[in-house]
Amino acid sequence: MIAHSIFFYFFSVIAIFSSLMVITSRSTINSVFFLILDFISVGCLFIMVGAEFLGMILLIVYVGAVAVLFLFVVMMLNVAEQKQSWFVGKKSNHLPTGLIVSILILLELLVVAGGWKYKENLMSSSTLILSDISNTHQLGLVMYTDYILYFQLAGIILLLSMIGAILLTFRKRSGVKKQSYFTQISRNPSSAIELKEVESNKGVIIDD
Amino acid sequence: MIEIGLGHYLSLGAIIFFLGVIGIFLNRKNVIVILMSIELILLAVNINLISFSIFSGDIMGQVFTMLILTVAAAEAAIGLAIIVVYYRNRGSIRVEDIHGMKG
Repeated sequence: MIAHSIFFYFFSVIAIFSSLMVITSRSTINSVFFLILDFISVGCLFIMVGAEFLGMILLIVYVGAVAVLFLFVVMMLNVAEQKQSWFVGKKSNHLPTGLIVSILILLELLVVAGGWKYKENLMSSSTLILSDISNTHQLGLVMYTDYILYFQLAGIILLLSMIGAILLTFRKRSGVKKQSYFTQISRNPSSAIELKEVESNKGVIIDD
Repeated sequence: MIEIGLGHYLSLGAIIFFLGVIGIFLNRKNVIVILMSIELILLAVNINLISFSIFSGDIMGQVFTMLILTVAAAEAAIGLAIIVVYYRNRGSIRVEDIHGMKG
């Protein structure tokens, strides 16, 4: 139990520090690096608390896909050299309001979280965690049976986002030579090959 | 303090949520940092859902977390595509340069 507390505080301090650095660091590329560190430490917390499958999925989806996507866009858009910090520069006139609202949100959430009295075995539903099978097994048991509609809706959301991203960033370039598959496939020997009778010492004129 | 319970995980989620909100409100740089703050907020929501799921012994929270992961990935892809298109048209994605709607 003492190891659990030590690892909890270790990973959560890293997570809080790196999320602070995400919003305050000077260059955008450093923010992306700290975002990756944040995802990894929260993924370790998930694995520690017993949700192994989602911890691994967090590492694969967030670190492997989303953070690398952010990294690509930051490198592509030439925004990394903006040296303006969060604190200096033009002062925003909605800074006090934003601070007050954010701190109120934090206080409210902490009051709710700290005052939470939790009763043992409060819930009784069909999806209770069984102790003798693994976490992935449990997820698989309910995800493809009870929640199959949500699973397929998630697939449709991913398909729509893929179509949207391609449609948004697609542009027709002029002056680019493209392969025409239909013309290539519809050639046949009678139109592509021409036999010529070449006379001696005359040569042949090739019509290109 | 030593015994880690549900309140510790909820507090961690609350602090990360707070940092994400403050990153959106007080951002003076580019829009990509705002998208990253949204990712932080979704991460805090995932922490809350998973800790409730574990401490109440119900797998439903983890199923819901997977759906949130899906939506977060889709949102990041669409948001970054919009940012790329905006940069192509305007040449800048600084927050103070984006005032086309006079909001």
